Amino acid sequence: MPDHRDIALMAHLMRRAGFGATHDELDLLVAQGYEETLAQLLAPETQPDIDEALFFRYHPMAEYMHVSEHARTNWLFRMTNTKRPLQEKMVLFWHHVFATGVDKVESGHAMHTQISMFREHGMGNYRDLLVRLAQDPGMIYWLDNQDNHKRAPNENWGRELLELFSLGVGQYTEKDVYECARAFTGWTFVGKSRGIQLGQIPWQFEYRAEDHDETDKTFLGRTGNFGGEDIIDIVVRQPACARFIMRHLYSFFVEDEPEVPKWPTEPPKNPEAIDLLCQVFTDSDFEMEPVLRTLFSSDFFKEAEYKKVKNPAEVVVGALKLSGSFTGPDPSWGNLSTRPATMGQDILNPPSVEGWHTGGEWINSGALINRVNFVADHLRDTSNPGVDAMVRRIGNIGGSLTAAMFVERCLNELGLGTVDDETFQELVAQAELGGPIMYGTNGEFDKFSQRVGDMLALIAGTKEYQFG
Amino acid sequence: MTTKSKEPVLVVLQLSGGNDYMNTVVPFADPHYYDNRPLLKVSEENVLKLDDEVGLHPSMKPLHEMYSNGDMAVLHGVGWEGSNRSHFRCMDIWHTADPDTFATEGWLGKATRQIDPHGENPVTTVNVGQGLPRALVADGVSVASVSDINAYGLLTSVEKAELRGQMLDRFAKMYAPANGRGPVSDYIAKTGMDALNGADQISVAPKAYKSDVEYASNAVAKRLRDVAMIHLSDIGSRILYTEYGGFDTHAAQGTSHPRLWGEVSTAIADFWDDLKAHDAADNVTMLVFSEFGRRVRENGGGTDHGAAGVAFAIGPQVQGGLFGEYPSMDSTKLVEGDLAPTMDFRGIYSTIIGDWMGLDDREVLPREFEKPAIFAN
Repeated sequence: MPDHRDIALMAHLMRRAGFGATHDELDLLVAQGYEETLAQLLAPETQPDIDEALFFRYHPMAEYMHVSEHARTNWLFRMTNTKRPLQEKMVLFWHHVFATGVDKVESGHAMHTQISMFREHGMGNYRDLLVRLAQDPGMIYWLDNQDNHKRAPNENWGRELLELFSLGVGQYTEKDVYECARAFTGWTFVGKSRGIQLGQIPWQFEYRAEDHDETDKTFLGRTGNFGGEDIIDIVVRQPACARFIMRHLYSFFVEDEPEVPKWPTEPPKNPEAIDLLCQVFTDSDFEMEPVLRTLFSSDFFKEAEYKKVKNPAEVVVGALKLSGSFTGPDPSWGNLSTRPATMGQDILNPPSVEGWHTGGEWINSGALINRVNFVADHLRDTSNPGVDAMVRRIGNIGGSLTAAMFVERCLNELGLGTVDDETFQELVAQAELGGPIMYGTNGEFDKFSQRVGDMLALIAGTKEYQFG
Repeated sequence: MTTKSKEPVLVVLQLSGGNDYMNTVVPFADPHYYDNRPLLKVSEENVLKLDDEVGLHPSMKPLHEMYSNGDMAVLHGVGWEGSNRSHFRCMDIWHTADPDTFATEGWLGKATRQIDPHGENPVTTVNVGQGLPRALVADGVSVASVSDINAYGLLTSVEKAELRGQMLDRFAKMYAPANGRGPVSDYIAKTGMDALNGADQISVAPKAYKSDVEYASNAVAKRLRDVAMIHLSDIGSRILYTEYGGFDTHAAQGTSHPRLWGEVSTAIADFWDDLKAHDAADNVTMLVFSEFGRRVRENGGGTDHGAAGVAFAIGPQVQGGLFGEYPSMDSTKLVEGDLAPTMDFRGIYSTIIGDWMGLDDREVLPREFEKPAIFAN
């Protein structure tokens, strides 16, 4: 029998480096060990890719990704069913940092292209990722770089590249922003034809030499005829860049940091951890894989259980994984993709280029109601295969349980190790209301099954369940 | 259906992205305007004149009518010294009323605490939309955030009333003790309590609502309709906040900016018509603001981030007119190409908190600010 602590640690790893794992999956992972599991997470290419044909067979129009709904559903399907969870989690990480919104981009295809790029390169080299980002048509349109001309520079991309995607506010001057913008003049894209729903041409990056400003720029103290790639090379070598990206990584994977605007004045919660990650990042010439290896192997990560408020994508995908209700063809899939939005995270459509406010700021009364209701609805439905499996495991031996044991088993199924005493007492009190918990006969088992569902729903409403 | 209580109510409409002041309130008599806006300029014969020098963009006809009726104050040149052109930071400064430090409490969160010091009414302050703007945040203050007014309540799909009642009762007991695993845990518990208490009140609003006003189907119209519903349901809400985005017009401003203002102006006019039809407008004032204005010189199809902007105060109790001074567009007066603010935005807060809401504005603001005289005294 695996040690209880081993299971808890593995569940923690899978919640953070993925979107959670079912009880059966955890048993297998614990058997192969933490290091082997981490090695698999860090080498997604060694794990089978998702069967996208299954998805497209039941969403035939989705292949074109014209509408954002298809791109969103496709991504949610991947988050839920991927065998490469860390790869998918890194896609979400970069979507948080490089927040791009379909409200303005108005092309599901362009959004899907950007997300796919994060999937392919998000665990690779950060410098290369920034170059790909600067050439991503969705990003170009989002930050108006197609309107950044030699004779009329538009500084939207130039500013956000520095403020939000690499250095953080206060690490550059207004002149640097302007010079940065000039270096990206002529970086545009082709293929945008508004209003045509079918037969749209995929957008393609295009460099127009005649629209590129070839005069000298003075940027962060250096002068030269810089182009966009030169700017990125200068930016990534600033110590501020490593600190900014590593702090994002720490906040996303380890524990909630204060909001980004406070970073210039508030030190990190764990400065030693940030220093360590920066060192690995710089030494490896900005490779993400060694940084992630260091992070997930560290004690500071292993000791950070339940220190983060789950983001809505984690809440939704976590519940779908537990309930097993998003694995096969189902016409209701499309509705699911908008559910994180009701909890404050409209995937593919962040409120602005600054992305989402995270941590405790995910929680407000409306968002909490929608979190609890979504999870409760999925876990109360005992016809869901995942819930049925939980019922059978909780009632696997003997014919009865005490209320306290019943609650403990339900908590365990949802990956909640411990809860506050008050919470536990209320759960037990509710369990006791239905009389002795028996499941020896078929009649008893049906009633027992619904009692499990109701208990799981009640647990979904605890404050403890909001953490991951 | 009319509102019984006549306590002053504040409605805030936040326009996110940085609204272009110069093409909202067009300084048509100033030649600098045409020099700086060769493509985006609105010519004198098209503006909706407010006086001999400035006029509203032609897409803002409903607001021009409200101005003509004396119900709208135009607040010129709002901002603060040393704006850094960041959406994030500038919005934060508007929300916390503090350009100098990274404050955590919002100006309306503090106002809510004055209105309801013991947190007795969880719907004293309501946000309509996703998330919770920092403007409404303050320690120990309850604020309801309603993203879908028709589905605001815990475990609404549990059919058996007895079971649901038991479960909600468990939640109430689990959320009650404020000694969890830390401040975030305590905050979640408190929010859960607010959700339980506020849901019964909010759920009344859409059921009781009847109106002949047909709002448009865009997001700002829907949100202002929800704000109207909550106000009309008479559940004691005093501060109602909502937001509309898309004002970050770096490109193609010629089409997007008029569309946005067309939607916003119509939605605002419909909102007031709705309130007036229910005889529920007299105790309401609306503030419309954006985090910054945009660069004086256009960039070839749009405008980049700037500094000073424009705000509007609207309502039957507002003294209509132009307040403050349009910042100079003379190149020697610009700050790094931006309009220099002529009115500290906290002066507006001061008069709203003090003169309109009847609260202590000094508790919300660090010092005295010059107040535009938008309310009769």
